[in-house]
Amino acid sequence: MFRDAALVFGKDLRLELRSRVGLNQVVPFAVLVLVLFAFALDPDSGVLTRATAGLFWVAVLLAALLAVQRAFSVETSDGVADALRLSGLEPAGIFLGKVGSLAVQLIALEVVLGAGVVLFYGADPTGVGLLVVTALVATLGLAAAGAVYGAIAAGLRVRDTLLPLLLLPAVAPVLIGATQAFEAALDGVPGDGWPWAALLGIFALLYLAFGVLMFGPLLEEA
Amino acid sequence: MTESRHPAEGRNRPGPAGTSSAGTKVLGLVTIAGLVTLVLFAFVFSPADTDLGETVRIMYVHVPSAIVTYLAFALTAVGSAVYLKNRSEFWDLLAWSSAEIGVLFCGLMLVTGMLWGRPTWGTYWVWDARLTSTAVMFLLYVGYLALRRVPGEGEVVARRAAVVGLGAVLIVPIVHKSVDWWRSLHQEATTLGQLDPEIDGLQYFTLFLGMAAFGCLFVWLVMHRFRVAYLARQVESSGLQAAIAERRAEAVGDGSAAESRQTSTSEGVSP
Repeated sequence: MFRDAALVFGKDLRLELRSRVGLNQVVPFAVLVLVLFAFALDPDSGVLTRATAGLFWVAVLLAALLAVQRAFSVETSDGVADALRLSGLEPAGIFLGKVGSLAVQLIALEVVLGAGVVLFYGADPTGVGLLVVTALVATLGLAAAGAVYGAIAAGLRVRDTLLPLLLLPAVAPVLIGATQAFEAALDGVPGDGWPWAALLGIFALLYLAFGVLMFGPLLEEA
Repeated sequence: MTESRHPAEGRNRPGPAGTSSAGTKVLGLVTIAGLVTLVLFAFVFSPADTDLGETVRIMYVHVPSAIVTYLAFALTAVGSAVYLKNRSEFWDLLAWSSAEIGVLFCGLMLVTGMLWGRPTWGTYWVWDARLTSTAVMFLLYVGYLALRRVPGEGEVVARRAAVVGLGAVLIVPIVHKSVDWWRSLHQEATTLGQLDPEIDGLQYFTLFLGMAAFGCLFVWLVMHRFRVAYLARQVESSGLQAAIAERRAEAVGDGSAAESRQTSTSEGVSP
């Protein structure tokens, strides 16, 4: 299972390195969302600084939608889906590989966005330990849920409109938990944030287990 | 190919042409009687609450709606799990029907809760744990229903919807326990578990009457919804069988093109 996961993980990252869709499209889109927030919320009134944690994670969520679409559109064109089924790779391994490559891309995105909110919103990064741990577990949960719902929407004619409707309510707990933890860290009271980080860890484990169990039926074709 | 898996095929016995049966008629009458009695008890016989005043009466709809919503989504999860295990059309359609009725009652719970919140809390909506998690639950199952409506993909959609239906149920215990886990404006669960001594005997009875009546209503609605879904499948597959038979007849009439027609037909069949 883990060997298969490593194969899919490597394949997806190689695809990204060669096509640079994430770098050229998803990351600029996320930065664009940050800029739009500044237009929508009067930058002079201090709303941006107070809402930094939430806006950061909304930007991550919206960009994650695009990353998930991308991760599964590369599997459905040109009959790749059949090739994947015939390859003999374990479905659980494919799932974990997808989660890994999604998580790596999202972490890279979060680094860029983090720099963005420090530079544009004047956020003061305190409580770095909590910030890093929260970002890691939240990203893992986001990637796991994204891989599950990405596979559910993959190949359907309505996938572009269906995926946000399925994925966003499912990852609402990530938005809530990560925002609370980030706010605690930025306010200098990391003690309030750790329970939320633990909750995010539970969410990630639940979705990882769920995906490992469910990816078999999801990859099956009628 | 896929059509051989369809349970409707090879079964010559015609299914029911309507959604009503003797059983559902009796259940329907019981439900109507229960709802009329509930209205009488809720508005006439039961007293106003010492704390909440007249607004307590909306609880006789709100709380049963919540219980039925939990029940419906749990049933969807069971149906989804059994469908993934043995691919039975019965459980697939039951999961779908139950989710649809569940979303209906979840909406009713949200609306009655908001109407109650306005005079009691002074606002229709607060972003506390119970209300937020309920809204997320509502949207999750709206997504499930949207997935079920994806046209023309048959078994693929049924299987993926089963995964969604199984995963989404995780939010039900979170919604139920949210009032204990996070400090919440919403009252704690009063009915399940321990008997609350503060609630009047007649109020308590009315609440249970509401649950019984809504339970009957739920079963009645799900049975009808299930039969509608079943009949829709029958119509779909009979249309498909007719189309296949037509093509076959054409192919027999025109021997030279028979083979190519055959392959194009089977391509058209597989979803």
